[in-house]
Amino acid sequence: MRQLALIFLMLATPVFAQGSGPTPALANRQLPDPAQEAAATKLMHSLRCIQCQGQSIADSDAHMAGTMRAEVRKQIAAGQKPEAIRGWMIARYGKWVSFEPDMKGAGLLLWLTPLLVLIAGIWLARGLFRRGA
Amino acid sequence: MNRPWLLWIPLAVVAFIGGLAIYGLAVPKDEQVHSAMIGQKLPAFSLPAATAGVEGLASGDMIDGKPRLLNIFASWCIPCKAEAPYLEALKKAGVEIDAIAIRDRPEDVAAFLSEFGNPFRRIGSDSEMAVQLKLGSSGVPETYVIGGDGTILYQHIGDIRAEHVPMLIEKVNAAK
Repeated sequence: MRQLALIFLMLATPVFAQGSGPTPALANRQLPDPAQEAAATKLMHSLRCIQCQGQSIADSDAHMAGTMRAEVRKQIAAGQKPEAIRGWMIARYGKWVSFEPDMKGAGLLLWLTPLLVLIAGIWLARGLFRRGA
Repeated sequence: MNRPWLLWIPLAVVAFIGGLAIYGLAVPKDEQVHSAMIGQKLPAFSLPAATAGVEGLASGDMIDGKPRLLNIFASWCIPCKAEAPYLEALKKAGVEIDAIAIRDRPEDVAAFLSEFGNPFRRIGSDSEMAVQLKLGSSGVPETYVIGGDGTILYQHIGDIRAEHVPMLIEKVNAAK
């Protein structure tokens, strides 16, 4: 019974699911310099995978995410700044690819809304406190 | 309460949020990731041949003054099989088509071409998807209209269907 289950499990492996190219070397191998690897990992957690759209490229097993991780590590190793690499990705896939909205246009509204709501709340509550006193 | 209109603010906020929710339901969601490279020059690349008998593809090969299509495909991709007859129709209409094969093996590309025909002038092999990333392409199949000077003019995401053929011919002709 257990052997049968094992055979079915092997058959279920999606061997031919997504082509047969090699995985880029830097997709899953850390950079030798820990500081560079830390910078790359931080950036990878804030870039969105193009293929499985809800995940960051650090979390995703998709091939495209592997290619994107390799690109991030390659550019970090070449001395590129993380924000410049984010810009490189945005230049290809639009703002969508970044999990961190910039402070311009709709992004600015996103950053300022909590502050505006807090100010409005204080203003609304102000009268109550005054009456209580 | 000397300012009764204040009472309406919470209702207005809730109504606004409710309105957003209804708007979100009514407007169909675009889940495609469009390339931000439209209007820009092709990134420099040079890819080896994807299979014997068809030359590989470099960005310079597509900058010869003649507009063309660049098809991103793979032998393992089912919609790529579905669009094959329409690529053939585009070729018959005089459109030059270059291609990039994603994560593919030479023997698989050869089998794909012998089964579905070869509408391509050149096919580069992008085994690590590196050029796909440079192009801002998010999957297979995709088809770009490339101007004669190497400018990326248009991106078609997904398989080409019968209704897309005249549109693509027009876009290539408009670039002449």
